[in-house]
Amino acid sequence: MPKASPQTSRHALTARIGPVAVAILLVVLLVLPHYLDNYSLRLATTVFMYCVLAWSWNFIGGFVGYPSFGIAAFFGLGSYVGAIMLTQDMIPFWLSPACAAVVCLVVAALLGAPILRLRGHYFAVASLALGEVFRELAMNWTAVTGGGMGVNLPPLRSSLGTDSQVFYYMFLLLALVTFAVTVAVGRSRLGVAFRCIRQNEEAANMIGIDATRVKIIAFALSAAFPGAAGALYASWVGYIDPSDVFDIIISVKAPVMALLGGVGTVAGPAIGAFLYLAFEEIVWRNLLQFHAAVLGLIIVLLVLFLPNGFVDVTRRRKILDGAS
Amino acid sequence: MLFVQNVVNGLLLGGLYVCIAIGFSLIWGVLNIINFLHGSLIVLGSYIAYFAFVYFGLSPFIAPIFIMPLMFAFGYALQGSVLNVVIGKPVLITLTLTFGLDLILNNLMVWGFTANFRRVVFEHPLPTFEVHGIVIPGDRLMAMALAFLLTLIFFLLLNRSRIGRAIVAVRNDRDAAVLMGVNVKQIYAITFATGVAFAGAAGSLLSVVFPISPINSGVLLGKAFVICILGGLGSIGGAVIGGLALGIIESIGAMAAGPEYTVLISFIVLLAVLAIKPTGIAGKLGYE
Repeated sequence: MPKASPQTSRHALTARIGPVAVAILLVVLLVLPHYLDNYSLRLATTVFMYCVLAWSWNFIGGFVGYPSFGIAAFFGLGSYVGAIMLTQDMIPFWLSPACAAVVCLVVAALLGAPILRLRGHYFAVASLALGEVFRELAMNWTAVTGGGMGVNLPPLRSSLGTDSQVFYYMFLLLALVTFAVTVAVGRSRLGVAFRCIRQNEEAANMIGIDATRVKIIAFALSAAFPGAAGALYASWVGYIDPSDVFDIIISVKAPVMALLGGVGTVAGPAIGAFLYLAFEEIVWRNLLQFHAAVLGLIIVLLVLFLPNGFVDVTRRRKILDGAS
Repeated sequence: MLFVQNVVNGLLLGGLYVCIAIGFSLIWGVLNIINFLHGSLIVLGSYIAYFAFVYFGLSPFIAPIFIMPLMFAFGYALQGSVLNVVIGKPVLITLTLTFGLDLILNNLMVWGFTANFRRVVFEHPLPTFEVHGIVIPGDRLMAMALAFLLTLIFFLLLNRSRIGRAIVAVRNDRDAAVLMGVNVKQIYAITFATGVAFAGAAGSLLSVVFPISPINSGVLLGKAFVICILGGLGSIGGAVIGGLALGIIESIGAMAAGPEYTVLISFIVLLAVLAIKPTGIAGKLGYE
């Protein structure tokens, strides 16, 4: 009988501990709003939002390995869809993320076919340009979007709790859904197809994977959740404008968080989002004038010294420990 | 007549656009790095030209002579210290890294120079020509002529000098270049520094035509993207075609739809080119 390697035994261990840890974390997160002040609630909500964005990016960028910088495009699109539907009083508040997600899913599926034929640098540029086009559309289509003036959203007035509590739970729910889909996809045939394409697209085609279709699914998934997050964000902050919700930095932050935590892993993007936002908050508080520069510095140092993320570092150490 | 005037305006602008893009195209083509810093580097060149003009009375038309060596040194140091580490890495890494560097440089410029718009105002501007009712501002014409001169110098540099040939060799076949005794690391640094130097020169010429502010860096970077994709990467001819085409598209688009739509139009053109012919109008492999 082959001896179990340290890696497989570790896998067995995480398989047993993983669900328990997630359950404990979930209970803590559910009762937390009753003990936090508004400031901490806002921070926690932001963490959930970026967890959603980083996990979403992970579908196309991590699993399939296509360097997407298009998260802001769909975050912005979703926030405008949500904002416009709510100001027109077309739907109740809680339905706006779902509507935005569907719109983003469809738009991404339609745009995916031409864009996903591109690879590497060209795909990166195309995904980046998508956000710019959407932003300019929002800027110029004044009759619908309000142009550079932005959109003011109606206040929430929920009977379920304070606004910050409601948005905390909404973003938590969205993060859980994104997480669940990530786990489900990771274990399904679709996830196998994703990883095949990352390793070798020609070979994936050869063994009968319809690469174009699979890539479009990944791209649509990585658009739908940011769309929902955008719609929630719009109601949360109460006012959006094109330069805010289509900001390129959103498109860069999502992969940076995934890089920080570990690309292509299930937990990595969430860990990365948490660590990054912790850094960012400290920087914001202490270096207001230089916050962009310090965030730039964090990105530079991260890329130079931790290109595979924290998850990877610990894994390497574990393997080394096992070998010694 | 209005149409001809717009085409002329577009060509005048396009000459400068060529100059914006050649450095960006060179770095992308040879190092395979999308240099997100490019917009901020152009703005930095504009600021150096502006201060040289205000404090020493030096014309931005002449300033490239000293701006280029300065920017070259800056680019060489940047490549040697930071960018060299990520050569050959996937675009996710290289683009993210230059984005981070851009945040730093841009923030420092906002801090040092403030985000207020500044403008080079000549005491004696060059005369404005009028040919058959077509108005040609002398300063713009001069800026375009110098932009083409710089492009010509760039062309000669790559085609006639030993270092230029080495850059093209590394671009075409890195391993063969190594076997021929080319110091690839040094060539990478020189290539990046050259791209930065031309960004600085472009910034100097732009300072005559456009107001200067760190806020502009994103717009300039966007233009560099569109020009490179439109004309095709990897050749000076591509940058020239792309630059002139963008100039004309912008001025005619502004006439037809309104100036606020120029950015939207140029990015839609970019996506259309990527969807139909990703190599661009004149794209080819080597830097010939």
